[in-house]
Amino acid sequence: MEAIKIKGTEDTPTVIFDAAENYFEISGRSLPEDVTSFYSPLLSWLSEYAKQPSPKTVFNFKLEYFNTASSKLILDVLMKLEEIARAGHDVLVKWHYPEDDEDMQEAGNEYADIVEVPFELIPY
Amino acid sequence: MFKDSKGFLEFVYEFYKTMKAHEISLVYEGEITHQITKAFTSLAESNMAKEEESGSVQRKVFHVMVECLQNISKHADEATDNDFLYSGRGIFMVSKNQSEYTVTTGNAIDNSKIPEMREMLERINSMSKEELNELYKKQIKEGRLSEKGGAGLGFIDIKRKTGRPLEYHFLPINENISFFLLTSSIPRE
Repeated sequence: MEAIKIKGTEDTPTVIFDAAENYFEISGRSLPEDVTSFYSPLLSWLSEYAKQPSPKTVFNFKLEYFNTASSKLILDVLMKLEEIARAGHDVLVKWHYPEDDEDMQEAGNEYADIVEVPFELIPY
Repeated sequence: MFKDSKGFLEFVYEFYKTMKAHEISLVYEGEITHQITKAFTSLAESNMAKEEESGSVQRKVFHVMVECLQNISKHADEATDNDFLYSGRGIFMVSKNQSEYTVTTGNAIDNSKIPEMREMLERINSMSKEELNELYKKQIKEGRLSEKGGAGLGFIDIKRKTGRPLEYHFLPINENISFFLLTSSIPRE
């Protein structure tokens, strides 16, 4: 599968979906003008990846900020990962948050509650 | 100098004094676009960094500003019979004093939407932190993005981030529309 590599901007996150390297990351800021058009190629890619995922997928979130519209789409990404986990593959979400950012930590806890995927919360 | 122009310049001075008296650091009237949102938030960020505001306060102000601006751009209704109010437009204001930042927005909305909005705002205001977290989770799971990309989470998020009630007011413009004002304050720790 062709990797997705998007360099982050002040309002869109850095995205690396690389099946060959087995590396997955969404980081930075997410408040795109049109959340749906930003996230839908990512969701389609993950649907494709879900058909033949790596034996173990480690997915890194390292977000500084996301708006409420993005929060819904981030959940959609996590639900794709849940699908992969449900099919019997190993999935781990690493949720990185700035150590002084309680809200970002709380957001990780909330997502961990909603989806059935192992979460690791990592302060940095 | 023409008389009118002098009057106008005097008005500017009065306006300036009013802004100072209310400690308003930013006021804008017009269409709220994504570019405007980016410009205002980055302006606020650099000002707060200069003031050496704590990371937590900076993040909260940023959150509230973005959600408020997006509320206007997504929800402001067109006021067709009043030529100074248009769809996606409104007033946006940021003020700051020793103890808090205040973000205030105003935009036209259809009167038909008021009962539902009032109910939602009251419901959010009556909720504890735990209840709000539950509501947020429920809404993010079950809610759908609107045509304009709203997730119905903005007000919930503002209340969660500020820990203070949402203060609002509806001022009737005419039989069809009202002006909706919302003000949120973020304590400076």
